[in-house]
Amino acid sequence: MGVVTFVSHDGEKHEAPLDEGQSLMQIAVDNMVPGIDGDCGGEAACGTCHVIVDAHWSDTVGLSEPVEEEMLSMNPERQPTSRLSCQMRVSQEWDGLIVQLPEFQM
Amino acid sequence: MTNGTAIVVGASHAGAQLAASLRQEGWDGEVVLLGDEATLPYQRPPLSKAYLAGKSTLQELTIRKAEFYAKQQIQLVDARVESIDRARGRVVLEGGRTLPYDKLALCTGGRARRLTIPGADLSGVHYLRTFADVEQIRESSQLGRRAVIIGGGYIGLETAASLHALGLDVTVVEAAERVLERVTALEVSAFYERIHRDAGVTIHTGAVVEALSGEDRVRGVRLADGDELAADLVIVGIGIEPNTELAAAAGLLVDDGVVIDDHARTSDHDIVAAGDCASHLMGRYGRRIRLESVPSAGEQAKVAAATLCGNDRTIRALPWFWSDQYEVKLQIAGLNTGYDEVVLSGDPISDRDFSCFYLRAGELIAADCVNRPRDFVFSKRTIAQGLPVDRAELLTAGAT
Repeated sequence: MGVVTFVSHDGEKHEAPLDEGQSLMQIAVDNMVPGIDGDCGGEAACGTCHVIVDAHWSDTVGLSEPVEEEMLSMNPERQPTSRLSCQMRVSQEWDGLIVQLPEFQM
Repeated sequence: MTNGTAIVVGASHAGAQLAASLRQEGWDGEVVLLGDEATLPYQRPPLSKAYLAGKSTLQELTIRKAEFYAKQQIQLVDARVESIDRARGRVVLEGGRTLPYDKLALCTGGRARRLTIPGADLSGVHYLRTFADVEQIRESSQLGRRAVIIGGGYIGLETAASLHALGLDVTVVEAAERVLERVTALEVSAFYERIHRDAGVTIHTGAVVEALSGEDRVRGVRLADGDELAADLVIVGIGIEPNTELAAAAGLLVDDGVVIDDHARTSDHDIVAAGDCASHLMGRYGRRIRLESVPSAGEQAKVAAATLCGNDRTIRALPWFWSDQYEVKLQIAGLNTGYDEVVLSGDPISDRDFSCFYLRAGELIAADCVNRPRDFVFSKRTIAQGLPVDRAELLTAGAT
Protein backbone atom coordinates (compact mmCIF):
# COMPACT_ATOMS: atom_id res chain seq x y z
CA MET A 1 0.00 0.00 0.00
CA GLY A 2 1.30 3.42 -0.94
CA VAL A 3 1.44 6.56 1.11
CA VAL A 4 0.06 10.09 0.88
CA THR A 5 1.45 13.05 2.81
CA PHE A 6 -0.66 15.91 4.08
CA VAL A 7 1.38 18.99 4.93
CA SER A 8 -0.29 21.41 7.31
CA HIS A 9 -0.09 25.16 6.86
CA ASP A 10 2.74 25.36 9.44
CA GLY A 11 4.73 22.62 7.72
CA GLU A 12 3.81 19.63 9.88
CA LYS A 13 3.64 16.38 7.90
CA HIS A 14 1.01 13.66 8.31
CA GLU A 15 1.45 10.46 6.37
CA ALA A 16 -1.47 8.17 5.69
CA PRO A 17 -1.77 4.85 3.85
CA LEU A 18 -3.11 5.21 0.33
CA ASP A 19 -6.34 3.24 0.44
CA GLU A 20 -7.27 2.73 -3.22
CA GLY A 21 -10.86 3.53 -4.15
CA GLN A 22 -11.46 5.75 -1.10
CA SER A 23 -11.73 9.49 -1.38
CA LEU A 24 -8.72 11.44 -0.20
CA MET A 25 -10.99 13.15 2.35
CA GLN A 26 -12.00 9.77 3.81
CA ILE A 27 -8.34 8.80 4.13
CA ALA A 28 -7.64 12.02 6.02
CA VAL A 29 -10.64 11.46 8.31
CA ASP A 30 -9.70 7.80 8.96
CA ASN A 31 -6.20 8.88 9.88
CA MET A 32 -7.23 11.91 11.92
CA VAL A 33 -5.28 14.35 9.78
CA PRO A 34 -5.79 17.71 11.49
CA GLY A 35 -7.17 20.43 9.22
CA ILE A 36 -9.50 18.26 7.13
CA ASP A 37 -13.02 18.43 8.50
CA GLY A 38 -15.23 16.89 5.81
CA ASP A 39 -18.31 18.35 7.49
CA CYS A 40 -20.77 17.30 4.79
CA GLY A 41 -19.46 13.75 4.47
CA GLY A 42 -18.27 14.12 0.90
CA GLU A 43 -21.03 15.92 -0.99
CA ALA A 44 -18.98 18.93 -2.06
CA ALA A 45 -21.41 21.01 0.00
CA CYS A 46 -19.14 22.46 2.67
CA GLY A 47 -15.66 23.07 1.28
CA THR A 48 -13.97 21.93 4.52
CA CYS A 49 -11.72 19.35 2.85
CA HIS A 50 -9.77 21.80 0.67
CA VAL A 51 -6.25 20.65 -0.25
CA ILE A 52 -3.63 22.14 -2.52
CA VAL A 53 -2.00 19.48 -4.66
CA ASP A 54 1.78 19.64 -4.94
CA ALA A 55 2.58 21.09 -8.38
CA HIS A 56 4.52 17.97 -9.42
CA TRP A 57 1.44 15.85 -8.83
CA SER A 58 -1.09 18.00 -10.56
CA ASP A 59 -0.87 16.22 -13.93
CA THR A 60 -1.37 12.82 -12.28
CA VAL A 61 -4.33 13.68 -10.04
CA GLY A 62 -5.88 16.32 -12.28
CA LEU A 63 -7.33 19.76 -11.67
CA SER A 64 -10.61 20.58 -9.94
CA GLU A 65 -13.88 19.45 -11.48
CA PRO A 66 -16.70 21.99 -12.05
CA VAL A 67 -18.52 20.97 -8.85
CA GLU A 68 -15.37 21.69 -6.84
CA GLU A 69 -14.74 24.90 -8.74
CA GLU A 70 -18.09 26.25 -7.57
CA MET A 71 -17.01 25.86 -3.94
CA LEU A 72 -13.38 26.87 -4.41
CA SER A 73 -13.64 29.95 -6.60
CA MET A 74 -14.67 32.28 -3.76
CA ASN A 75 -12.13 30.84 -1.32
CA PRO A 76 -9.36 33.36 -0.53
CA GLU A 77 -6.80 30.56 -0.04
CA ARG A 78 -7.55 29.04 -3.39
CA GLN A 79 -4.48 28.05 -5.50
CA PRO A 80 -4.33 26.84 -9.14
CA THR A 81 -4.02 23.21 -7.96
CA SER A 82 -6.68 23.44 -5.24
CA ARG A 83 -9.07 20.50 -4.94
CA LEU A 84 -11.83 19.30 -2.67
CA SER A 85 -10.36 16.06 -1.38
CA CYS A 86 -13.81 14.47 -1.09
CA GLN A 87 -13.99 14.50 -4.89
CA MET A 88 -10.59 12.84 -5.35
CA ARG A 89 -10.90 9.08 -5.79
CA VAL A 90 -7.53 7.66 -4.83
CA SER A 91 -5.66 5.42 -7.27
CA GLN A 92 -2.54 3.31 -6.71
CA GLU A 93 -0.55 5.56 -9.04
CA TRP A 94 -0.82 8.26 -6.42
CA ASP A 95 1.77 6.60 -4.18
CA GLY A 96 3.92 9.40 -2.78
CA LEU A 97 1.34 12.13 -3.35
CA ILE A 98 1.88 15.32 -1.37
CA VAL A 99 -0.89 17.82 -0.67
CA GLN A 100 -0.77 21.06 1.33
CA LEU A 101 -3.55 22.14 3.64
CA PRO A 102 -4.81 25.73 3.73
CA GLU A 103 -4.52 27.78 6.91
CA PHE A 104 -8.28 27.80 7.36
CA GLN A 105 -11.00 25.55 6.04
CA MET A 106 -14.29 27.14 4.97
CA MET B 1 -2.23 6.34 31.84
CA THR B 2 -3.25 9.59 33.45
CA ASN B 3 -6.65 10.57 32.06
CA GLY B 4 -8.82 7.72 33.33
CA THR B 5 -12.02 6.71 31.56
CA ALA B 6 -14.10 8.88 29.25
CA ILE B 7 -17.55 7.61 28.38
CA VAL B 8 -19.39 9.03 25.40
CA VAL B 9 -23.15 8.39 25.41
CA GLY B 10 -24.51 8.36 21.88
CA ALA B 11 -22.67 7.19 18.77
CA SER B 12 -23.91 9.38 15.97
CA HIS B 13 -22.18 12.43 14.45
CA ALA B 14 -21.40 14.20 17.72
CA GLY B 15 -20.42 11.09 19.68
CA ALA B 16 -18.24 9.60 16.96
CA GLN B 17 -16.43 12.90 16.45
CA LEU B 18 -16.03 13.45 20.17
CA ALA B 19 -14.45 10.03 20.71
CA ALA B 20 -12.03 10.56 17.79
CA SER B 21 -11.23 14.10 18.94
CA LEU B 22 -10.42 12.87 22.45
CA ARG B 23 -7.53 10.93 20.93
CA GLN B 24 -6.52 13.86 18.77
CA GLU B 25 -6.52 16.13 21.83
CA GLY B 26 -4.32 13.70 23.75
CA TRP B 27 -6.67 11.67 25.95
CA ASP B 28 -4.54 8.66 26.95
CA GLY B 29 -7.08 6.79 29.09
CA GLU B 30 -9.94 4.59 28.04
CA VAL B 31 -12.55 5.87 25.62
CA VAL B 32 -15.91 4.10 25.57
CA LEU B 33 -18.47 5.01 22.92
CA LEU B 34 -21.98 3.80 23.76
CA GLY B 35 -24.52 3.51 20.94
CA ASP B 36 -27.86 1.78 20.63
CA GLU B 37 -28.16 1.22 16.88
CA ALA B 38 -25.83 -1.80 16.50
CA THR B 39 -24.10 -0.20 13.52
CA LEU B 40 -20.87 1.73 13.17
CA PRO B 41 -21.50 5.48 13.45
CA TYR B 42 -22.94 6.63 10.12
CA GLN B 43 -23.89 9.81 8.28
CA ARG B 44 -27.48 10.72 8.96
CA PRO B 45 -28.13 13.49 6.39
CA PRO B 46 -28.05 11.15 3.35
CA LEU B 47 -30.76 8.96 4.88
CA SER B 48 -33.55 11.12 3.47
CA LYS B 49 -31.52 11.98 0.36
CA ALA B 50 -29.18 9.70 -1.61
CA TYR B 51 -29.59 6.68 0.65
CA LEU B 52 -33.39 6.58 0.54
CA ALA B 53 -33.27 7.14 -3.22
CA GLY B 54 -31.04 4.04 -3.48
CA LYS B 55 -27.97 5.95 -4.64
CA SER B 56 -25.67 4.95 -1.79
CA THR B 57 -25.07 2.01 0.54
CA LEU B 58 -24.85 1.78 4.32
CA GLN B 59 -21.15 1.08 3.95
CA GLU B 60 -20.73 4.38 2.13
CA LEU B 61 -22.55 6.12 4.97
CA THR B 62 -20.18 4.80 7.61
CA ILE B 63 -18.27 7.75 9.07
CA ARG B 64 -15.16 5.69 9.85
CA LYS B 65 -14.34 2.04 9.37
CA ALA B 66 -14.22 -0.47 12.24
CA GLU B 67 -10.41 -0.56 12.05
CA PHE B 68 -10.29 3.10 13.00
CA TYR B 69 -11.92 2.50 16.37
CA ALA B 70 -9.71 -0.53 17.01
CA LYS B 71 -6.56 1.37 16.13
CA GLN B 72 -7.54 4.36 18.26
CA GLN B 73 -8.59 2.07 21.11
CA ILE B 74 -12.10 3.43 21.16
CA GLN B 75 -14.42 0.77 22.55
CA LEU B 76 -17.72 0.71 20.72
CA VAL B 77 -20.38 -0.75 22.98
CA ASP B 78 -23.94 -1.49 21.88
CA ALA B 79 -25.91 -0.48 24.95
CA ARG B 80 -28.55 1.94 26.19
CA VAL B 81 -27.88 4.05 29.22
CA GLU B 82 -30.60 4.00 31.84
CA SER B 83 -29.25 6.58 34.25
CA ILE B 84 -26.27 8.64 35.27
CA ASP B 85 -25.07 8.38 38.86
CA ARG B 86 -23.08 11.57 39.23
CA ALA B 87 -22.36 11.07 42.93
CA ARG B 88 -20.53 7.82 42.23
CA GLY B 89 -19.28 8.85 38.77
CA ARG B 90 -20.84 6.04 36.82
CA VAL B 91 -23.47 5.29 34.22
CA VAL B 92 -26.03 2.53 34.66
CA LEU B 93 -26.83 0.54 31.54
CA GLU B 94 -30.09 -1.16 30.72
CA GLY B 95 -29.85 -4.53 32.40
CA GLY B 96 -28.15 -3.07 35.45
CA ARG B 97 -24.49 -3.13 34.44
CA THR B 98 -22.57 -0.06 35.61
CA LEU B 99 -19.59 1.66 34.01
CA PRO B 100 -17.44 4.10 35.98
CA TYR B 101 -16.32 7.32 34.31
CA ASP B 102 -13.91 10.10 35.07
CA LYS B 103 -15.39 12.30 32.34
CA LEU B 104 -18.72 11.91 30.61
CA ALA B 105 -19.99 13.23 27.27
CA LEU B 106 -23.68 13.36 26.39
CA CYS B 107 -24.30 13.10 22.64
CA THR B 108 -27.77 11.64 22.89
CA GLY B 109 -29.20 13.46 19.89
CA GLY B 110 -32.89 13.59 19.22
CA ARG B 111 -35.77 11.40 18.19
CA ALA B 112 -38.48 11.97 15.61
CA ARG B 113 -41.48 13.72 17.11
CA ARG B 114 -44.42 11.31 17.13
CA LEU B 115 -47.89 11.91 15.79
CA THR B 116 -50.52 11.64 18.49
CA ILE B 117 -53.67 11.52 16.35
CA PRO B 118 -55.97 8.50 15.93
CA GLY B 119 -54.42 5.86 13.69
CA ALA B 120 -50.86 6.98 14.33
CA ASP B 121 -49.87 3.47 15.42
CA LEU B 122 -51.08 1.71 12.25
CA SER B 123 -48.49 -0.24 10.35
CA GLY B 124 -47.19 1.59 7.30
CA VAL B 125 -46.73 4.79 9.33
CA HIS B 126 -43.04 5.69 9.46
CA TYR B 127 -40.59 8.20 10.81
CA LEU B 128 -37.22 9.02 9.34
CA ARG B 129 -34.33 9.37 11.73
CA THR B 130 -32.34 6.16 11.62
CA PHE B 131 -30.99 3.64 9.16
CA ALA B 132 -33.56 1.14 10.48
CA ASP B 133 -36.36 3.66 9.75
CA VAL B 134 -35.26 3.86 6.11
CA GLU B 135 -35.19 0.08 5.80
CA GLN B 136 -38.81 -0.02 6.98
CA ILE B 137 -39.82 2.74 4.58
CA ARG B 138 -38.23 0.78 1.75
CA GLU B 139 -40.15 -2.35 2.70
CA SER B 140 -43.41 -0.44 2.90
CA SER B 141 -42.77 1.15 -0.47
CA GLN B 142 -42.83 -2.31 -2.03
CA LEU B 143 -46.43 -2.77 -0.89
CA GLY B 144 -48.00 0.21 -2.60
CA ARG B 145 -47.26 3.30 -4.63
CA ARG B 146 -49.09 6.04 -2.79
CA ALA B 147 -46.95 7.82 -0.20
CA VAL B 148 -48.26 10.65 1.94
CA ILE B 149 -45.70 12.71 3.79
CA ILE B 150 -46.87 14.64 6.82
CA GLY B 151 -44.75 17.74 7.29
CA GLY B 152 -43.31 20.11 4.69
CA GLY B 153 -39.99 20.79 6.41
CA TYR B 154 -36.59 19.76 5.06
CA ILE B 155 -36.94 16.10 6.03
CA GLY B 156 -40.42 15.89 4.52
CA LEU B 157 -39.41 17.57 1.27
CA GLU B 158 -36.18 15.60 0.88
CA THR B 159 -38.14 12.41 1.50
CA ALA B 160 -40.70 13.49 -1.08
CA ALA B 161 -37.99 13.98 -3.71
CA SER B 162 -36.32 10.66 -2.88
CA LEU B 163 -39.56 8.64 -2.93
CA HIS B 164 -40.53 10.33 -6.18
CA ALA B 165 -37.18 9.19 -7.60
CA LEU B 166 -38.14 5.65 -6.56
CA GLY B 167 -41.27 5.94 -8.68
CA LEU B 168 -43.88 6.49 -5.97
CA ASP B 169 -46.86 8.85 -6.14
CA VAL B 170 -46.05 11.39 -3.47
CA THR B 171 -48.27 13.86 -1.62
CA VAL B 172 -46.95 16.28 1.00
CA VAL B 173 -49.32 17.63 3.65
CA GLU B 174 -48.24 20.75 5.52
CA ALA B 175 -50.31 22.43 8.26
CA ALA B 176 -48.80 25.88 7.74
CA GLU B 177 -49.70 28.12 4.81
CA ARG B 178 -46.44 27.25 3.03
CA VAL B 179 -43.68 24.65 3.18
CA LEU B 180 -40.52 25.52 5.14
CA GLU B 181 -42.46 28.34 6.79
CA ARG B 182 -40.46 28.22 10.01
CA VAL B 183 -37.07 28.48 8.32
CA THR B 184 -37.18 30.43 5.07
CA ALA B 185 -38.58 33.50 3.36
CA LEU B 186 -41.79 33.37 1.33
CA GLU B 187 -39.88 33.34 -1.97
CA VAL B 188 -37.85 30.28 -1.02
CA SER B 189 -40.95 28.38 0.10
CA ALA B 190 -42.64 29.24 -3.19
CA PHE B 191 -39.63 27.98 -5.11
CA TYR B 192 -39.67 24.62 -3.36
CA GLU B 193 -43.42 24.23 -3.84
CA ARG B 194 -42.89 24.91 -7.54
CA ILE B 195 -40.08 22.42 -8.10
CA HIS B 196 -41.97 19.69 -6.28
CA ARG B 197 -45.15 20.37 -8.24
CA ASP B 198 -43.16 20.48 -11.48
CA ALA B 199 -41.77 17.06 -10.63
CA GLY B 200 -45.28 15.72 -10.10
CA VAL B 201 -45.47 15.76 -6.30
CA THR B 202 -48.76 17.01 -4.85
CA ILE B 203 -48.48 19.58 -2.06
CA HIS B 204 -51.33 20.53 0.26
CA THR B 205 -50.60 23.53 2.46
CA GLY B 206 -52.82 24.80 5.25
CA ALA B 207 -53.88 21.18 5.61
CA VAL B 208 -54.21 19.81 9.11
CA VAL B 209 -54.20 16.04 9.52
CA GLU B 210 -56.97 14.81 11.79
CA ALA B 211 -56.56 11.05 11.69
CA LEU B 212 -55.02 8.14 9.85
CA SER B 213 -57.43 5.48 8.71
CA GLY B 214 -57.10 1.78 8.01
CA GLU B 215 -57.80 -1.56 9.63
CA ASP B 216 -54.37 -2.77 10.41
CA ARG B 217 -52.31 -1.04 7.78
CA VAL B 218 -52.72 2.62 7.00
CA ARG B 219 -55.04 3.25 4.02
CA GLY B 220 -55.75 6.94 4.22
CA VAL B 221 -54.99 10.32 5.71
CA ARG B 222 -57.99 12.32 6.84
CA LEU B 223 -57.71 16.10 6.81
CA ALA B 224 -59.56 18.52 9.08
CA ASP B 225 -61.55 19.87 6.10
CA GLY B 226 -62.98 16.39 5.54
CA ASP B 227 -60.82 15.39 2.58
CA GLU B 228 -59.32 11.93 2.67
CA LEU B 229 -56.07 11.13 0.88
CA ALA B 230 -55.46 7.51 -0.09
CA ALA B 231 -52.17 6.21 1.25
CA ASP B 232 -50.19 2.97 1.17
CA LEU B 233 -47.52 4.42 3.38
CA VAL B 234 -47.22 7.54 5.50
CA ILE B 235 -44.01 9.22 6.54
CA VAL B 236 -44.13 11.67 9.39
CA GLY B 237 -41.57 14.49 9.38
CA ILE B 238 -42.73 16.95 12.02
CA GLY B 239 -39.45 17.68 13.73
CA ILE B 240 -37.35 16.11 16.41
CA GLU B 241 -37.35 16.14 20.18
CA PRO B 242 -34.03 16.25 21.99
CA ASN B 243 -33.08 13.26 24.13
CA THR B 244 -32.51 15.14 27.37
CA GLU B 245 -34.20 12.81 29.86
CA LEU B 246 -30.93 11.27 31.09
CA ALA B 247 -29.43 14.68 31.75
CA ALA B 248 -32.55 16.02 33.42
CA ALA B 249 -32.90 12.97 35.67
CA ALA B 250 -29.26 13.41 36.69
CA GLY B 251 -30.04 16.98 37.75
CA LEU B 252 -28.18 18.74 34.92
CA LEU B 253 -29.55 22.04 33.72
CA VAL B 254 -31.86 21.49 30.74
CA ASP B 255 -33.57 24.24 28.77
CA ASP B 256 -34.96 22.66 25.60
CA GLY B 257 -31.53 21.01 25.26
CA VAL B 258 -28.84 20.16 27.77
CA VAL B 259 -27.40 23.55 28.68
CA ILE B 260 -23.74 23.97 27.66
CA ASP B 261 -21.30 26.87 27.83
CA ASP B 262 -18.79 28.00 25.19
CA HIS B 263 -16.54 25.07 26.16
CA ALA B 264 -19.40 22.56 25.77
CA ARG B 265 -19.51 22.01 29.52
CA THR B 266 -22.82 21.21 31.18
CA SER B 267 -23.70 22.49 34.64
CA ASP B 268 -21.47 19.63 35.92
CA HIS B 269 -17.94 20.36 34.70
CA ASP B 270 -17.05 16.65 34.48
CA ILE B 271 -19.80 16.30 31.89
CA VAL B 272 -19.87 17.83 28.42
CA ALA B 273 -22.62 17.66 25.81
CA ALA B 274 -22.68 18.15 22.05
CA GLY B 275 -25.00 17.89 19.07
CA ASP B 276 -28.76 17.93 18.67
CA CYS B 277 -29.31 17.39 22.41
CA ALA B 278 -27.30 20.45 23.45
CA SER B 279 -28.46 24.01 23.95
CA HIS B 280 -25.73 26.62 23.64
CA LEU B 281 -25.86 30.31 24.49
CA MET B 282 -24.53 31.61 21.19
CA GLY B 283 -22.76 34.93 21.55
CA ARG B 284 -23.43 35.67 17.90
CA TYR B 285 -27.18 35.53 18.47
CA GLY B 286 -27.35 36.53 22.13
CA ARG B 287 -29.58 33.62 23.05
CA ARG B 288 -29.64 29.95 23.81
CA ILE B 289 -30.05 27.84 20.68
CA ARG B 290 -30.34 24.10 20.14
CA LEU B 291 -29.10 23.53 16.60
CA GLU B 292 -30.01 20.45 14.60
CA SER B 293 -27.01 20.45 12.33
CA VAL B 294 -24.23 18.02 11.53
CA PRO B 295 -21.49 20.66 11.16
CA SER B 296 -22.50 22.18 14.48
CA ALA B 297 -22.52 18.76 16.17
CA GLY B 298 -19.01 18.22 14.82
CA GLU B 299 -17.73 21.52 16.10
CA GLN B 300 -19.30 21.17 19.53
CA ALA B 301 -17.84 17.66 19.77
CA LYS B 302 -14.34 18.88 18.94
CA VAL B 303 -14.60 21.62 21.51
CA ALA B 304 -16.02 19.22 24.10
CA ALA B 305 -13.13 16.79 23.56
CA ALA B 306 -10.60 19.61 23.92
CA THR B 307 -12.30 20.70 27.14
CA LEU B 308 -12.15 17.21 28.62
CA CYS B 309 -8.44 17.09 27.79
CA GLY B 310 -7.83 20.44 29.48
CA ASN B 311 -7.28 22.32 26.22
CA ASP B 312 -8.88 25.68 25.62
CA ARG B 313 -11.25 25.81 22.64
CA THR B 314 -14.57 27.55 22.25
CA ILE B 315 -17.65 27.01 20.10
CA ARG B 316 -17.89 29.84 17.62
CA ALA B 317 -18.45 28.64 14.05
CA LEU B 318 -21.28 30.06 12.01
CA PRO B 319 -24.16 27.57 11.74
CA TRP B 320 -24.78 26.25 8.26
CA PHE B 321 -27.02 23.62 6.70
CA TRP B 322 -27.68 21.95 3.40
CA SER B 323 -30.53 20.16 1.67
CA ASP B 324 -30.66 18.11 -1.55
CA GLN B 325 -33.92 17.74 -3.44
CA TYR B 326 -33.95 16.51 -7.04
CA GLU B 327 -30.94 18.15 -8.67
CA VAL B 328 -31.32 21.23 -6.49
CA LYS B 329 -28.74 21.82 -3.79
CA LEU B 330 -29.61 24.33 -1.09
CA GLN B 331 -26.84 25.64 1.12
CA ILE B 332 -27.75 27.84 4.05
CA ALA B 333 -25.30 30.11 5.84
CA GLY B 334 -26.27 31.52 9.24
CA LEU B 335 -29.63 31.78 10.99
CA ASN B 336 -32.12 34.26 9.53
CA THR B 337 -33.92 35.00 12.80
CA GLY B 338 -34.89 38.65 13.06
CA TYR B 339 -34.23 39.68 9.46
CA ASP B 340 -35.89 42.89 8.30
CA GLU B 341 -34.99 42.77 4.61
CA VAL B 342 -34.60 40.20 1.88
CA VAL B 343 -32.42 40.67 -1.20
CA LEU B 344 -32.91 38.23 -4.05
CA SER B 345 -30.27 37.39 -6.61
CA GLY B 346 -31.85 35.51 -9.51
CA ASP B 347 -35.54 34.79 -9.91
CA PRO B 348 -37.07 32.06 -7.72
CA ILE B 349 -40.24 32.15 -9.80
CA SER B 350 -38.60 30.98 -13.02
CA ASP B 351 -34.96 30.00 -12.37
CA ARG B 352 -33.41 26.85 -10.95
CA ASP B 353 -30.72 28.82 -9.19
CA PHE B 354 -30.98 31.90 -7.01
CA SER B 355 -29.96 33.22 -3.62
CA CYS B 356 -32.03 34.79 -0.89
CA PHE B 357 -29.96 37.05 1.35
CA TYR B 358 -31.31 38.00 4.77
CA LEU B 359 -30.31 41.34 6.21
CA ARG B 360 -30.89 43.02 9.53
CA ALA B 361 -30.23 46.74 9.80
CA GLY B 362 -28.27 46.49 6.55
CA GLU B 363 -26.02 43.70 7.78
CA LEU B 364 -25.97 40.27 6.13
CA ILE B 365 -27.05 37.67 8.72
CA ALA B 366 -28.00 34.64 6.61
CA ALA B 367 -28.35 33.35 3.06
CA ASP B 368 -30.30 30.56 1.38
CA CYS B 369 -28.31 29.67 -1.74
CA VAL B 370 -30.04 27.44 -4.27
CA ASN B 371 -27.60 25.87 -6.75
CA ARG B 372 -25.35 28.85 -5.98
CA PRO B 373 -22.30 27.50 -4.14
CA ARG B 374 -20.36 30.69 -4.85
CA ASP B 375 -22.97 32.79 -3.09
CA PHE B 376 -22.85 30.35 -0.20
CA VAL B 377 -19.08 30.55 0.19
CA PHE B 378 -19.22 34.32 -0.09
CA SER B 379 -22.03 34.59 2.45
CA LYS B 380 -20.52 32.21 4.95
CA ARG B 381 -17.28 34.15 5.01
CA THR B 382 -18.93 37.55 5.03
CA ILE B 383 -21.26 36.65 7.89
CA ALA B 384 -18.68 34.74 9.93
CA GLN B 385 -16.23 37.62 9.75
CA GLY B 386 -18.86 40.34 10.06
CA LEU B 387 -17.68 42.01 6.85
CA PRO B 388 -19.66 44.95 5.50
CA VAL B 389 -21.61 44.28 2.32
CA ASP B 390 -23.31 46.46 -0.23
CA ARG B 391 -26.33 45.30 -2.16
CA ALA B 392 -24.65 45.46 -5.55
CA GLU B 393 -22.03 43.07 -4.25
CA LEU B 394 -24.70 40.63 -3.14
CA LEU B 395 -26.17 40.55 -6.61
CA THR B 396 -22.85 39.81 -8.27
CA ALA B 397 -21.12 37.66 -5.64
CA GLY B 398 -21.96 34.32 -7.15
CA ALA B 399 -22.51 35.34 -10.73
CA THR B 400 -20.72 32.97 -13.04
